[in-house]
Amino acid sequence: MTVLSFRDVSVRYGSHTVLKGVSLDIAHGEIVGLVGESGSGKSTLARAAVGLAPLAGGRILLDDRPVPTRGRARPVQMVFQDPYSSLDPRMTVGESIAEAMRERLGKQARRAEITRLLALVHLDAARAGDRPGRLSGGQRQRVALARALAARPEVILADEITSALDVSVQGAVLNLVREMRRELDLSMLFISHNLAVVRYVADRVAVMYDGEIVEHGPTTQVLGSPQHEYTRHLLAAVPGAAHRASAGDRASAGNQASVGNQASAENRNGILSPTPKEHT
Amino acid sequence: MRAARVLLRPVGLAGFGLLVLVLLVAVFGPVLWDGRATVVDTGNLLAGPSAEHWIGTDNLGRDLFFRVLVATRLSVALALASTGISVALGIVLGAAPLLAGRRAGRLVTGAVSVLVAFPGLLLVLFFAVVFGVGARGAALAVGLAGAPAFARLCHTLIAGISARDYIAAARIAGVSRWRILRRHALPNIAEPLIVNATMAAGGALLTFAGLSFLGLGVQAPSYDWGRLMQDGLNGIYVHPLAALGPGIAVVLAGLAFNLTGEAFAAAFGVDVIPGVARLRQVRNAAAEARGSGATTASTDAGTILSVDDLRVTIPGAQRPIRAVRGVGFAVRDGEAVGVVGESGSGKSMTALALARLIEEPIRVEANHLVFAGEDLMAGGDSAARRKRLGTSLAVVFQDPMTSFNPVHRVGPQLAEVSRFHQGLSRRAALARAVDRLRAVRVRDPERRARQYPFEFSGGMRQRAMIGMGLMGTPRLIIADEPTTALDVTVQRQVLELLTEVRRDTGAALLLISHDVSVVTDVCDRVLVMYAGRIVEELPARDLRTLARHPYTRALVAAVPDMETDLTRPLAVIPGLPVDPSRIPDGCAFAARCPLADDHCRTADPPLRADAAGNRVACHKAGQALPDTAEVTA
Repeated sequence: MTVLSFRDVSVRYGSHTVLKGVSLDIAHGEIVGLVGESGSGKSTLARAAVGLAPLAGGRILLDDRPVPTRGRARPVQMVFQDPYSSLDPRMTVGESIAEAMRERLGKQARRAEITRLLALVHLDAARAGDRPGRLSGGQRQRVALARALAARPEVILADEITSALDVSVQGAVLNLVREMRRELDLSMLFISHNLAVVRYVADRVAVMYDGEIVEHGPTTQVLGSPQHEYTRHLLAAVPGAAHRASAGDRASAGNQASVGNQASAENRNGILSPTPKEHT
Repeated sequence: MRAARVLLRPVGLAGFGLLVLVLLVAVFGPVLWDGRATVVDTGNLLAGPSAEHWIGTDNLGRDLFFRVLVATRLSVALALASTGISVALGIVLGAAPLLAGRRAGRLVTGAVSVLVAFPGLLLVLFFAVVFGVGARGAALAVGLAGAPAFARLCHTLIAGISARDYIAAARIAGVSRWRILRRHALPNIAEPLIVNATMAAGGALLTFAGLSFLGLGVQAPSYDWGRLMQDGLNGIYVHPLAALGPGIAVVLAGLAFNLTGEAFAAAFGVDVIPGVARLRQVRNAAAEARGSGATTASTDAGTILSVDDLRVTIPGAQRPIRAVRGVGFAVRDGEAVGVVGESGSGKSMTALALARLIEEPIRVEANHLVFAGEDLMAGGDSAARRKRLGTSLAVVFQDPMTSFNPVHRVGPQLAEVSRFHQGLSRRAALARAVDRLRAVRVRDPERRARQYPFEFSGGMRQRAMIGMGLMGTPRLIIADEPTTALDVTVQRQVLELLTEVRRDTGAALLLISHDVSVVTDVCDRVLVMYAGRIVEELPARDLRTLARHPYTRALVAAVPDMETDLTRPLAVIPGLPVDPSRIPDGCAFAARCPLADDHCRTADPPLRADAAGNRVACHKAGQALPDTAEVTA
C-alpha cells in the first residue's frame, strides 16, 4: 500500500528548476532512502511535501488525497538536519514537543504524552523541563524526532538527520530510526548523502541527480549492482572504498574500485561533472 | 547572570542607578512635592536662586526646583508611552511578512522603507499637526514617527529568525502564524528589541522637550520639562538656572535611558570573556597541568613538526576549560598523520595551536613546539618568523565560506599571500595565483580568479583554499575537517587533491577529522584523541583491526560502512563525552568504558609506546571487550 506519493513533482525558484518531474512512492511501513549531492533537490522534495516549497507542477498525495498543509492535523512531519537550529532555544523540550500535538490535552494528559514520546526516543522524562541549550546534539535530534512523532504522523521526512552529529552519536540515532520503524510501523523518507548510512536503514533507495531521480530500487540492488553511471560514481566516492579495495578484501570490492576509478576519470574529462557548477 | 554582568560595568551601574533614581522621582515626585510646586509666593516673582528657592521661581512665584521634580512624571510617562506605541506598531509592521504572507509582507516592507527615509522630525511635526496640539497629540505623533525605525528593526530580526528550522517545524506542526510570532519569534528577538527601545525612550524624551519647547506639546496648566524650559527662556540672561534646570533634568534622564540601553547592548551583543580573576585561575590550573601528562616526542632529523606536552586552556565562566591536556607527537617529512576524535576532544584546538592561530585569553603552552627546525614557543612572533610560517605552513579549514573574505575576488586574495610573504609584484603574484588555481584543478582559472568567493561552490572554495596554501612552498598542510561540509563525491575529489599535492610537493599533512574512514583512506598514521589527550597512536591501516584502546575500537565500530551487518544494531558509545571543564580523576574514558574498574577511575593511564612505536593510554589495552551485546545496548 502506498502512503506518500510524489507524482511528477516540479519546483522552480525563479528561472532555476530545482525538481524536474520527480515521481516517488513511499509504501506503508517502509523506509525509502534518497541520496544525491547537495543541490540535487533532495531537501526540496521533502520541503515540497510539507508545504515549505511551492509546487510548480505535479501533485503530492497521501493515501490518494493531497497532503494537507493547513490546519492542525499534519500527517507528514519533517526532522531537520541541524538540531541546533530546529529547536527554539527559548522553549523547554516539553513545550516544543507539546506544540506539535494534534489536540489540546489537559495538563496531566499532556505530561503523560510527553513522557511517552521521550521514552520512545530513549530520553529521560526529567529532560522535559530542560532548554535545548543543556542537551547534546544527539539528544536534541532525539527531541526533534519526538516532536515529529507527537503529531502522530503517517510519514516522517528525515532530512540529513545524522550528518550534523558526531559519528559516535550517529549510530544511536540510526538504531533509533530502525527501532521506530519496527515498533511503530512508520513510513519514512530518509535523505542522506552518506551511502553507508542509507544502506543501513533504507529498504529502497532513490538516487537523485540534478533534480531528477536517475535510479531507484531495493537497497541491495541499487547499491550492489548500480545501473546508472552517477550511482556508480557515488559508490566509488564512499570513504574506505579504496582502502578495502587495496586490501583486496573481496573480489567484488576490487570490481567496485575499478568502476570508481573509471567514474572519477570520466569526471576529470568533464563527461560527468557534478562539482564545478557554474553559478554565473 | 547577564543582568549581573550589566551592573558590573561602570557604565551599566551609572546608567541603571540613574534610571532607578529618575523613575523613583517620576513615581513619588508629584506625591511628595506637588504642594511645594504649586504654592504661590507673591513676594518672590521671577526670583533668582536663593536658599529658599534653589533655582529660583516662575512668574507666579512657584518654586522651580520642585516643579522640575514634579514634571519628571509627565515627561517620562510621555516618553515611555510614545516608545510603547512605536514598539507595538513596529512589531506588527515588521512581522507582516510572517503574519500576512509573502506578497502582502513585501508591500508593507516597501512602505516601511519609504517611511524610514523621511526625516523623523518632519514626521513628528506632520503628525503633531494632524493630531492637534497637546500632550496626547504629541505622544501619538512621536510614537507614530518612531514606528518605521522599529518596524525595520523587527523586520530584520524576524527575517533572521524565520530562516531557523524551528519556525519551519512549528509551521509543519500546524501552529498558527500569530502563535509562531508570540511563542517563537518575539522571545528570540526580545533582547535587541528591548535594548533599542531603551535608547529610543531617551530619544523620545528629548523630542518631547523639543515639542513642548516649541509650544506643540504639553499645554498649561500641565507642565513637562520642555514647557519649563520655554517659560525659563524669557529670563535666561537674568536667571539662567530657570531654563538650565529643566534642561539638566532632560540631559540626566536621557543619559539614564541611553547608558542603560548601551550597557545592555554591550552585555547582550558580545559574549565577553570574563576578566582578570579568571585568568589567574587559568594560570594556576595550567601550572597544575604542567606536572602531569608530560609526554616526550623525539626531535630527529627528517621531522617537520614535533610538539611536546601541548596544553591549551580556555578561561571559562566557572572554571578554566582544559581543551588540550599534554599532547605530544611528531610528523615526519612528507608523512600524512590523521587526528580523530569526537567533537570536544581537543583535536581542532590542537591544530589551531600548532598553526599559532590561537590568541589571548586562550593560553597555549608546550615544552617545545618545533616546526621546520625552529621552536615556535621560544621568542616572540617576529615578522620574519611570520613570513617563514606563512610560506611553509598551509592551513585548510572546515568552512571555506568563512575563510575567504567575501568582498574580495579570489585571485587577489591568493595573490596577497605571495605579495606579503614573498614580496612578489602585484602582476607576478596574480599570475602565480592563477597558476596555483590551475594546480588544484580549478577549471578556467583566469576567469575564476576574477570571481568572488560566493560564486564558487563549496568544493571549489575548498580547492581554492588549498591553492592558497600552495602559494608558498608548504612543508606541512594542516587540514581541519576539510571535507566535513562537503558531499561524498566532492569530499573524494578534495581528498584526492590533498594526496596529489602531497605527492607533488612532498609536504606533510596533518588531517583532523571525526570520520574514521576518511582518515584511514588518506593517512599513514592516526592519533586518536579523547578529552584533550592522545589515547592511542597507530598505523592507519591497523585502525580497524589492531586498535587496542576501547575508545578507538568503539569509534571504529560505531561507523556504518558498506559491509556493516544489517541484522544487528550499530555499536554505540554509551554516555556523553567528558565536559572539558570537569575532567574526572583517573582515565577520562572510564565512565563510558565497558572494561573500566576502580583502578581506571583513580589512576590516569600514561601514554606508553611499544616496540613498534605505537602508543596507547589504557590500563586494559588490548583486552577483549565483553559480549558486544552489552556494548551495543
